[in-house]
Parts: sequence; structure tokens; C-alpha cells
Amino acid sequence: MIFLTIAGMMLVTFLPRVAPVWFLASRSLPPLVASWLRYVPPAVLAAMLLPSIVAPEGVVDLHWRNLYLMAAVPTLLVAWKTRSMFGAVLTGMALVALSRLVWGI
Amino acid sequence: MKTTGFVKEQPWLRGVSRALPIVMGYIPIGFAYGVLAQKAGLSVWQTLAMSVFVYAGSSQFIAVGLFSAGISPLSIIITTFIVNLRHMLMSAALSPNLKGWSKAELAVFAYELTDESFGVHTMSFKAGNPAKGEIFALNITAQTAWVLGSWLGCTMGGLISDVRPYGLDYALAAMFIALLVLAISDRIQVAVAVTAGVLSLVFLLAGLDQWHVILATVIGATIGVVVEECSKTR
Repeated sequence: MIFLTIAGMMLVTFLPRVAPVWFLASRSLPPLVASWLRYVPPAVLAAMLLPSIVAPEGVVDLHWRNLYLMAAVPTLLVAWKTRSMFGAVLTGMALVALSRLVWGI
Repeated sequence: MKTTGFVKEQPWLRGVSRALPIVMGYIPIGFAYGVLAQKAGLSVWQTLAMSVFVYAGSSQFIAVGLFSAGISPLSIIITTFIVNLRHMLMSAALSPNLKGWSKAELAVFAYELTDESFGVHTMSFKAGNPAKGEIFALNITAQTAWVLGSWLGCTMGGLISDVRPYGLDYALAAMFIALLVLAISDRIQVAVAVTAGVLSLVFLLAGLDQWHVILATVIGATIGVVVEECSKTR
């Protein structure tokens, strides 16, 4: 029964992933739709990111002890100045790990 | 990302190297998923089957909880559908870059489309025209890390209980910060990102969890188009 459920989960996960590329990739889109789709990446990335750093436990936490939020500022600056994804990731991880080591939080 | 000359010449290697931040995030999260699945009473094969065939992190965590609570299979499948519906927007946003791909290639690509691979692909497409080999190498590397992490969690969940001292729990959040910065190139996009981020948080706190990302993205992107059109006519 669990394997059948997993098969069902596979189907309902795959369909939303594949349907848009199947229907849209070969078409030339109306300009308005094309520009709407260009705004999706910044919108969806921000929509996933902000709750995870501002409210990592499900409630808004603006205290300095919220390392996810505090580390976000230098991580953002490194990404902006260096344009390096890897550099930003290492900066963020190192800051979080060091803060825990130093302040034990 | 800065790469050496050899890696630059090899699309597959470039794909693997671009996937590294995802790997650093997926192994510990996959590990946590494997540990939870074992505690919930799933077999190793069932746990790995979900990582291989479903491959969608947050919905796998939710499913494990529902399995152990004895929720009906239909409810689990419907919940999975809702949680993963946001990938529709990502798939649509990437589609203009995939012109000329066969239906089979698109299917294989879409099968491994996750929040994280979407972010890195968006960056790659913006920076140039990545080879198919690079794109598939990134996807395969990321999913391998996810399955490997799940398997490690199943088999040695007792050995490592906490990855927090290494800051690995921040790898994906840091990656999203970088991807967001790299995805933004004008003021309207800044406004769209801020609006979508704040709306997403508000919707989440208002109890619209599972829908908050989709709603915030649709509203944010629509505002972007409206502002763009208004600034054109002026």
C-alpha cells in the first residue's frame, strides 16, 4: 500500500513539473505572458526565502539570535559584490557555524 | 561561479560543479529525512523509493509524518500535489529557454526539477546558453546527493544527530540568497522580490501554508508586469 501511495505521489509531483514545459517550450508566447514569466524567478525565490530566514520556526523572529536572518545580510553583500554563488554559500555557512561556536547558540 | 579552464571546457563537469552548493544542502536534509522515515516505520526501500521516484523534499517530510499518523493514501497524494504545485510556475518560467528540446528530454529534465535546481538553472540561462550536458549533469548530481543523503540517514541515523555545528543547515538558504541577488537586474525586479517575499510571509502567518509561495509569486509577478507596462506608456 505504501508503494502504491508513493506511485501516486510520483504522478502528482511529476505532472505539474512536466506539463508547463511540454505545452510552452515549443510555443512563442504573447509578450505579456513572456514578461510575466520573467518576473517569476525573483518572485518565487523571494517567496521561498523570506519566510525561511525571517520566521525559521514559524513565527517572526527579528532577534539577533536568529542566525538565519543575521547571516543573510553579509551573505547578500558577498553575493552582490562578487556575483559568486559559491562564495556566498560558504560565507553564510561559515558565519552560522562560527556564531554558534562563539556564542553557543 | 569561477571555474578552472578544464572544468569550463567540459559541460558535464561544469554541471557537477554548479550543483555543489545543492549537494551540501541536500545530503544533510536527505539524511534528516532518512532518519525520520526510519522512525516513522518505513522500510529502507520505501524511504529510498520516495527519494528516487517523488524527489521533492518538503513533501517527502510531510508524507513521512502522514504515513506514521495512519492518514489515508488519497489524502497523502492530494497533500503532495498541493505542496508540489509551485513547481508548475518554475517549469513555466524555464520553458522559454528550452526551445527545440524533444518531449522526452523535457520529461527527463522536468522529473528532476526542484526549487534548488530551478534557481541554479535560472542563473545559468541568464548567464548564457548552457549545454544540455551541463543541465542534466546538474540535475543528476543533485538527485544523487538527495538519494545518498536519504540512504545515509536510513543506515546510520544513530551516528550523526546534528549537522548544525557545521552550518550545513544554512547551505540552501545562503544559496537562495545568492540566486535571488543574481536573478535581479533592475528596480522593478527588486520591487517584485520584496513584494513576493513579504506577501509569502504574511500568507504563511495567516495560516495559508502550502499556498503561500504560489499566491505570493503570482501576485508579485503580476505587479511586475503592471508596473512595467505603466512605465512604458508614460
